[in-house]
Amino acid sequence: MAQIFSPGANTLFRTILVLTPFLLVGALFGLYRFNYSPWQTQVGVPRDQPVPFSHQHHVAGLGIDCRYCHTSVEKSAFAGMPSSATCMTCHSQIWTQAPILATVRESLATDLPIRWTRVHQVADYVYFDHSVHIQKGVGCVSCHGRVDQMPITWKANTLQMGWCLECHKHPERALRPRSEVFNLNWKPTGDQNVEGSTLAKQAGIKSIQEIIDCTACHR
Amino acid sequence: MSSPKLVEDKVVESSNSSHVLVSPDETLESASAKISSIVLERKHPPFWWVSFAIAFALLMGLLYGITILFAIGVGIWGIDIPVAWGFAIVNFVWWIGIGHAGTFISAILLLLLQKWRNSINRLAEAMTLFAVACAGLFPLLHLGRPWTFFWILPYPNTMGLWPQFRSPLVWDVFAVCTYFTVSLIFWYIGLIPDLATMRDRARTRLSKVGFGIISLGWRGSAIHWKHFQTVYLILAGLSTPLVLSVHSVVSTDFAVANIPGWHTTIFPPFFVAGAIYSGFAMVLNIMIPLRYVYRLESVITERHLNCMAGVMFATGLMVGYGYIMETFTGWYSGDIYEQYLVINRAIGPYGWTYWLLLLVNIVIPQALWFRRIRSNPVSLFCVALSVNVGMWLERFVIIIVSLHRDFLTSSWGIYAPTGWDWLILFGSVGLFVSLVFLFVRFLPMIPMSEIKEIVAEREEEAA
Repeated sequence: MAQIFSPGANTLFRTILVLTPFLLVGALFGLYRFNYSPWQTQVGVPRDQPVPFSHQHHVAGLGIDCRYCHTSVEKSAFAGMPSSATCMTCHSQIWTQAPILATVRESLATDLPIRWTRVHQVADYVYFDHSVHIQKGVGCVSCHGRVDQMPITWKANTLQMGWCLECHKHPERALRPRSEVFNLNWKPTGDQNVEGSTLAKQAGIKSIQEIIDCTACHR
Repeated sequence: MSSPKLVEDKVVESSNSSHVLVSPDETLESASAKISSIVLERKHPPFWWVSFAIAFALLMGLLYGITILFAIGVGIWGIDIPVAWGFAIVNFVWWIGIGHAGTFISAILLLLLQKWRNSINRLAEAMTLFAVACAGLFPLLHLGRPWTFFWILPYPNTMGLWPQFRSPLVWDVFAVCTYFTVSLIFWYIGLIPDLATMRDRARTRLSKVGFGIISLGWRGSAIHWKHFQTVYLILAGLSTPLVLSVHSVVSTDFAVANIPGWHTTIFPPFFVAGAIYSGFAMVLNIMIPLRYVYRLESVITERHLNCMAGVMFATGLMVGYGYIMETFTGWYSGDIYEQYLVINRAIGPYGWTYWLLLLVNIVIPQALWFRRIRSNPVSLFCVALSVNVGMWLERFVIIIVSLHRDFLTSSWGIYAPTGWDWLILFGSVGLFVSLVFLFVRFLPMIPMSEIKEIVAEREEEAA
C-alpha cells in the first residue's frame, strides 16, 4: 500500500502542534490590546467638526473660561453645548464675514443648532453626572486632558469602565481645591495623595465602597 | 484493554445467548468490516436521510428562533416576574443531565471493569458532547444581552471587573466547560485506533488523508497501545469526579437560592441520579433505532440493553427516593412556605405537571422490574422515552412551580410558554439529532478496537 503522507508530514504536524498554542494566545492578546488602541478608543484622534473650533485658540489664546460655553457643567449631569448665539456674542463683532464661520451664521439665521460630532460619549447605561465631579473637586483636565492645547478636540482618555474605576478607587489622586477645578494649569503644591485625602474628607466622599458600587453609576 | 476478565463473563457467555457481549459469529475481520463500512462504503439507508431531514428542519427552526430572539429579546418568551427562569433553564438542566451517561459509561464503568461498556461507549460519549453543546446554548440565549456572554469568564477586560465568584452561575461555567473539554479529549483519544482502521480501509484520497491526519500516525504498535491505555486510564480517572461534580454544581444554582423547594441539601445527589437516569434513557432512545437500522445486533446485544436498562432503573429508583424526601422535608421543615410548596406542587395551577411527572418518571419505569420489558427493544425504547419526558417535566416542576408562588402572595404569578419557547426546545432536539446523524455518517459509532479485543480474547480462550 502506498504511503499517504510524505516523511515531512510528521515535522509539519509537530510544528503546527507547537505553534498552535502560541498563535492562539497571541491572537487573544492581540484582541485584548486592540481594546486599548486608538482604533477602538479614539484616544488622541482629532474628530472632524462642522466648524473647526479650536479650544487652544479660545482657552489658551483668549483665556475664555470653560463655563462661558459649557454653562450647565456645575449644576447638571450634562456640561452643555453652547448655542450659536453664544458664539455670536463675539462673532457678531469680530470675524463677521469669515468664511470659516459661515455655518455658525447660517445656524443663527435658520435657528437650527450646529450638529457637532460628539467626542466624549459614554454608554447609555452609565449615569455620569458632571456636576457632582465638579463639586467634589475633580478638575476638567483629569478626564478631558489639556483641552487648551487641542486645535481640534480629541479624547484624552479611554472613558472605559476600568479607567473610571481607577479613579473611583483612588479619588485622592485626582482631587484638587474646588477653586482650581477649571484651571488646566494647576499643579499640587505638596504631596497630591496627602492633600487629596484631606480634600476627599472635606468634600464629603464617604467611602470607597460607596463610589465603586455598581449602583454608583448603573441604576 | 488488559483488564482482568470478569468471572461472570466466562460463565454466562457459554451458558446463555442473551448474555453475550459480541455475537459468536463475529470475527476480527467481520467486526472491522461491518462497522467501518457504515461510514466508508454502504449507501445510507432512507432512514438516515428522512431522520436527518426532519432533524435538520428542526435545527433551521432553532436558528430562526434564535435570530428572532437576538433581534427582539427575551420578551418573545413566556418569562416575566416572578418566573424569570423559564424554558431556557429547564432545557439547560435537561440537556446537561442527558450529557451525563457518556462519561459515566466511559469513565466509571471502565474503572469498574464493566466489559459491557465497550460496544456502547463511543456513541454514548458522542451523545454526551452533543447534549452538552445543546445545554451550553441555553444559558447564553437566556442572557438579556447574549452577545456579551464572555463577561462571565474571568479575563482581563476594559471594565476592570471579575465575575462574581460567589455565584453558582459562575461555577456552572467552569463545571460545564471542564466537562465538555475532558469529554471531548476522552472521546477523541478513544477514537484514535479506530480512525487508523478507517484510514487503512478508506478508498478515496480525501478520506485517506482526512482519517490519516486525525489518526495522528497511529500504527497499532505495542508501544502505541501501552501509551494509549495509560492515557485512557488517566483520563478515566480525571473524568470520574466530573460525572458527579457537574450536575452537583448545576444543582447549586437552585440550592444556594432561598426559594421554597430549591433550598435543600439533597439537591446535588438528587440531581446527579436524575442526570444519569435521563442520560441512559437518551442513550437507549438513540441506540435502539440505530442498532435496528444498521443491523448491529451482533455487537450491541440484548445483554447491553439489559445492563443499560438496569442502570437506568436503579438511578430511577434513587430519583423516586428524592421525590419522597422532597415531600418529607417540605413537611418536616415546619416552614409554612416549604409546606405550602408541597401542596402547591400537587394541587396548584401546575398540579397536573407534577402528577404527570410521577406517572412518566416513576410509575411507568416500574415496568423494568420485568425481564421481558428490559430485553424487548421496543418496550425498552418506550420506557426510555417516557423517562426523557419525565426528566424534562421534573425540571419544569422544580423551576416553574417554585418560582411562581414564593413568599409574598402579592408577587405570585402564572407562567405560560410561548410558541418561541417550544420552537427553541424542539429546535435544540433537532440540533442534537442532526449532530448524532452526522456523527453516525462520518465516524465509526462502535469502537472496533474494543470489539476486536473481546473477539480476540474469546479466540485465545477457545484455542
